[in-house]
Amino acid sequence: MFVKKKKRNPEINASSMADIAFLLLIFFLVTTNIVEDKGVLVRLPQWSEEPPEDLTLNTRNVFTVLVNAQDQLLVRGELVKIQDLKTRAKEFIMNPTKREDLAESAKEAIISLKNDRGTHFKQYLAVYNELKAAYSELWNEEAKKRFRKDSIEECNKEQQNEIKREIPFVISEAEPTSFGDEK
Amino acid sequence: MSKFSTKRSNTVPTISTSSLPDIIFILLFFFMVVVKLRESNLKVKTITPYATELTKLERKSLVNTMYIGRPTPQYAPIYGSKPRLQLNDKISNLNEIPLFLERHKVKLPEGQRPGITTSLKVDGDVTMGFVSDVKTELRKAGQLKINYSAKKRTERSGY
Repeated sequence: MFVKKKKRNPEINASSMADIAFLLLIFFLVTTNIVEDKGVLVRLPQWSEEPPEDLTLNTRNVFTVLVNAQDQLLVRGELVKIQDLKTRAKEFIMNPTKREDLAESAKEAIISLKNDRGTHFKQYLAVYNELKAAYSELWNEEAKKRFRKDSIEECNKEQQNEIKREIPFVISEAEPTSFGDEK
Repeated sequence: MSKFSTKRSNTVPTISTSSLPDIIFILLFFFMVVVKLRESNLKVKTITPYATELTKLERKSLVNTMYIGRPTPQYAPIYGSKPRLQLNDKISNLNEIPLFLERHKVKLPEGQRPGITTSLKVDGDVTMGFVSDVKTELRKAGQLKINYSAKKRTERSGY
């Protein structure tokens, strides 16, 4: 005879669910790339149509850095390796031995950076990075000296401003010369 | 004879795995939320250089991104091998920069606009000539806060 089977709620086997979820997870991990959102922060100067007025600066206060199309560095007329740039810049800014040819004071010091159109971006960024590193090291040293803090980040806003007033980060970038430009 | 005899079977009790899918799903959702999907597919190659003095870009909504690099082999026949600029999804000319910046700006309330940062993702092997042109264009458009995207350099060797 046809006896109807007793209806029961069949249990769904959920053991493969974990595998499916794992696969999805791995798929997302592989396909997405975590975008790195870090970088060297730069403030560009205001644009003006008129050519900038000729400022006559005392040459001892200007730290000229030229980067040519072969990615070589000329610092104040001398060929310098990028590894030495930071120590040079620090010495120039603080002038610990009160030399005649280095900056009168940290407030007066200006860094002038100029590159060719053929300079590679990575070299330019490396140079910029070194100059920035020189300043941040000086700021940290100043923070230690003045406020007994390990770094400038630990100081409060007022103290940070005071340090930055004392050692301002002034970098002047000239229009690049057209050497080595890509045709 | 103790009244409370401990009856223990010798078999190892099976571990319930019924909550495993839930745990994995939570992991999955966590990753989906945290990982930002790349919104534009790149037509230029941008391998950013290394640096040490890095600043983290805090607010994503205040950041607009420009890519500068040589077109990838796939797009080289169309766009050539010289460095090009990519805005959103397409290779653009320099004169499209002001409009691109303006489009991003109008989405934000007035008060937040001074905080807008342009993130430049520039390939390390691109020459500065083209980058300078972009910089000049940004200055003309009044977008002065920029951020050269770079990776963290750990040891001092890799200049």
